Amino acid sequence: MKRHTLKTAFLDTLPVMTGYLFLGFGFGIILQQNGYGVLWALAMSLFIYAGSMQYVGVGLLTGGASLAAAALTTLMVNARHLFYGISMIDTYKGTGKRKPYLIFALTDETYSLVSRKLPEGVEKTAYCFLVSLFDQCYWVAGSAVGALAGKLPLDFTGIDFALTALFVTIFVEQWLSTKNHLPALVGVGSAVLCLVIFGAVNFLIPTMILIAAILIMLQKTGKEETHAAH
Amino acid sequence: MQRTELHAAALIAVMALVTAVLRFLPFLIFGENRETPALITHLGKVLPYAIMGMLVVYCLKNVSLLQSPHALPELLGCATVVLLHLWKRNTLLSISGGTALYMLLVQVIFP
Repeated sequence: MKRHTLKTAFLDTLPVMTGYLFLGFGFGIILQQNGYGVLWALAMSLFIYAGSMQYVGVGLLTGGASLAAAALTTLMVNARHLFYGISMIDTYKGTGKRKPYLIFALTDETYSLVSRKLPEGVEKTAYCFLVSLFDQCYWVAGSAVGALAGKLPLDFTGIDFALTALFVTIFVEQWLSTKNHLPALVGVGSAVLCLVIFGAVNFLIPTMILIAAILIMLQKTGKEETHAAH
Repeated sequence: MQRTELHAAALIAVMALVTAVLRFLPFLIFGENRETPALITHLGKVLPYAIMGMLVVYCLKNVSLLQSPHALPELLGCATVVLLHLWKRNTLLSISGGTALYMLLVQVIFP
């Protein structure tokens, strides 16, 4: 039983392993090339552990941002984690001592694994814990290796595209997994609209409000239609 | 530790703290022993699809259609990722293939 859970968790995280080693590597390189070595990479990957925020964080470090600006930027870039938390509340009920780590380590990719219907025969808490732990290990390892490789005299310009590529991959994966494409289209549409109106610096918060409002409205009209049909 | 290093460490602490607060807040509000409201359960199901769409746009937010090279590296990079993923559904292949092409485009073709 335990061995089965361990094996299943490891096999399920293999796609994340490849993605995280690559993305972490890219992050480590960029950090190193901006003058912050392997210990800084380790600290960020251990304590922040949020991929896109760490890429943005490099800019904050090198630009000498104020603490308030850093807090506000983190709030905007990572506000989506509120949404992830909201959808894991029921699954993570009753997970006991491991719950704090499960919540801390809930990244986009870990979320994409633990939010699915869990595999047959695995113990929920142990499975989710192992998936979360494996994923962070890959991320930490990738960023440390990247920080060391950043000293090599190679041109890594454009490696930050790995993050875009990861999100596009998950988007396609999600698109193929459902027949209801409305939420995905609402997300893209709201973001483009708010980007045009509010500009690149400020568009994330309005986008999230718009997405939440539209999805809530859609659910309400959906309900009324079901009632009318009966 | 130099002053700039101390400030960098403080910045990392702030980023870590705010990220953790965002992650823990929903669980603190809707605790272990409370029934989760139906609206929240519904949002939990549809939000991930919308948010991933938003994140793709977020990554491309600084790309200009008007200025040369007219977002061509990004468009070609994203198209490659989509096609590779539809073809093999292998996350590593999709990410590394798209990124390699993008790096080639920005370093060699449109430097």
